Amino acid sequence: MTGPMSPETLLALRDVCRSYSMRRGLLGRPTAVHAVDGVSLTVEKGRTLGLVGESGSGKSTTGRLALGLEPPDRGAVLFKGEPLPKDGTQEWRAMRARMQMIYQDPLGALDRRLPILEQVREPLDVHGIGEAKARDEKALALLQSVGLRADQGSRYPHELSGGQRQRAVIARALATGPDLLVCDEPVSALDVSIQAQVVNLLVDLQEELGLGLLFISHDLKVVRQVSHRVAVMYLGRIVEEGEADLLLHAPAHPYTEALVSASPEPGRRARPRIVLQGDPPNPAARPSGCAFHPRCHAARERCKVETPALLPLPDGRLTACHVAHDQANFLTSPLLKAAS
Amino acid sequence: MIAQPQPLVTIRNLAVSFDGVRALHGIDLSVARGEALGLVGESGCGKSVTWLAALGLLPKKAKVTGSVQLEGRELLGAAPVVLDDVRGGRIAMIFQDPASALNPVLRLGKQVGEALALHRGLSGSAIKAEARRLFDLVGIPDAARRLDAFPHELSGGQNQRVMIAMALAGNPDLLVADEPTTALDATIQAQILELLTLIRRETGMALVLISHDLGVISQTCERVCVMYAGRIIETAPADLLFERPLHPYTQGLISALPPLDGVRRRLSPIEGNVPEPWNLPAGCSFAPRCPRAVAACDEGIPPLADKAPQRRAACIRVAPAEAPAQREPVFA
Repeated sequence: MTGPMSPETLLALRDVCRSYSMRRGLLGRPTAVHAVDGVSLTVEKGRTLGLVGESGSGKSTTGRLALGLEPPDRGAVLFKGEPLPKDGTQEWRAMRARMQMIYQDPLGALDRRLPILEQVREPLDVHGIGEAKARDEKALALLQSVGLRADQGSRYPHELSGGQRQRAVIARALATGPDLLVCDEPVSALDVSIQAQVVNLLVDLQEELGLGLLFISHDLKVVRQVSHRVAVMYLGRIVEEGEADLLLHAPAHPYTEALVSASPEPGRRARPRIVLQGDPPNPAARPSGCAFHPRCHAARERCKVETPALLPLPDGRLTACHVAHDQANFLTSPLLKAAS
Repeated sequence: MIAQPQPLVTIRNLAVSFDGVRALHGIDLSVARGEALGLVGESGCGKSVTWLAALGLLPKKAKVTGSVQLEGRELLGAAPVVLDDVRGGRIAMIFQDPASALNPVLRLGKQVGEALALHRGLSGSAIKAEARRLFDLVGIPDAARRLDAFPHELSGGQNQRVMIAMALAGNPDLLVADEPTTALDATIQAQILELLTLIRRETGMALVLISHDLGVISQTCERVCVMYAGRIIETAPADLLFERPLHPYTQGLISALPPLDGVRRRLSPIEGNVPEPWNLPAGCSFAPRCPRAVAACDEGIPPLADKAPQRRAACIRVAPAEAPAQREPVFA
């Protein structure tokens, strides 16, 4: 049983885990790498969840799990309250039409030997949507809805610019009328001025179609622009999740704080930067206790041994940090209340 | 007027074309000793080509004209012996992807040692000691052991530190860093930028930072050149540029960036696309996308002209600021 769910919830991940086996060296024994380790999240209709983290944090694997492109080892992925059917089956196909993915590299996602219009039409053919004759017209309308001209439909991917290609990928993703889009670094390969065009397009389409978005990116500024809620991942786990502005204005987890501080903004030279020591962690050698403690400026003895749970703070966000929770407990303690 | 000291590097009218297509249209640029200069622009604007051409690193089919002088000595068309001395010795360059710039089958100590033997004439144990000092300088922990490691044993950030150590091996006067942090995670990017600033402060080396990221440039550089379609279209001190950009393209770039805090508003992208190098408009290359364009913009290429003290912009729609009012001396 899945339990009660709010009617707008499109996607729910419940304590999902995914590990890979990796060999260190030629003769090394295979070790399990926990790419995603107990992640729970939800995406609602018409809303965007931003998923932030550095390379190796498991954010892309989470996106693939959400679409059923990979089976979870443990936990459940629910789409509109129903578990995902096994991949490759008829039911899975039908469900995959309801959810689509947009990748970072549009040139890699498009077929170089097919004109754009045909590629946008393809999902209509595959899923048998509409009359065969009306499909070209539908594909043209899709191109126009993402800001491409009809004559650009007859071009090949290499004849378009990066931004136009990403528009074509988005048009193709919208062909089946999906409810959910998983966007994995959709604007990272684009130049700043073009990036803004595509970000605006995604926001407009969401407003128009009521799409739910899972927006995966390392760029905090872009994530804030599109997201209602943000989840921060570190070594396969969510370490902080909450309302976008709350999280990015006043991060509670020291890792979120460091990420915000490391996000360079023009004309902000004076702001003191928190420079994290050490390398991004190796998922194959996860530190004990809180995985972030070797790089954390606030780490205490307890952080080295006890793994913090993702628990709510009084302001509604979830944080997995002993220090943040201790501070919150202190501020809401009856002693302090009595004094005031 | 105080006589300006001679710049370290002076680039005059540098133009590059590939197969008859111009990629760079006459760049004028100078780098002062110890200065941190940022070169910013979108892909294909010519920011990397400028320095590859200056150091003679472009393939043979590239046609390079103009002049590049290092303290008065011409580098364009210079003999290979001269260039070998300059590259790595006086001017070092690091690139975006450290893993592909390092030799995967050679130990790091050997690769750094090669640069030390070549540019400093060191040998034997002196190389080892100096290599260890460089690794310490760029903040590689456990330097002695890392010298025996291979590139794949280090993370991307550590490999970029190794590249910086190799670049510093020849005690260069100028380090050209071409998107040095683009392939790195945000927290590692912050470390590398901090390191570059620290090294510059300690050695007095000049830095040219090439990046598409306005934020990175703003945090690291004192002076900025903005490039568009093979030309420099604005140059200014960094703080002034980001506070009040003059050229409509710079204004567009800055307002296309989503802010990290404050009110969330719809982004204002620059409409249209960068023109192809073989299909440039007759007048200002930015005119077709420019919200302030008038008919006169299509008539000629606007020169990079003085608009305010220390500020130049290539736009006929930007009026030169009036000379700042002379303040009457006050005698109390």
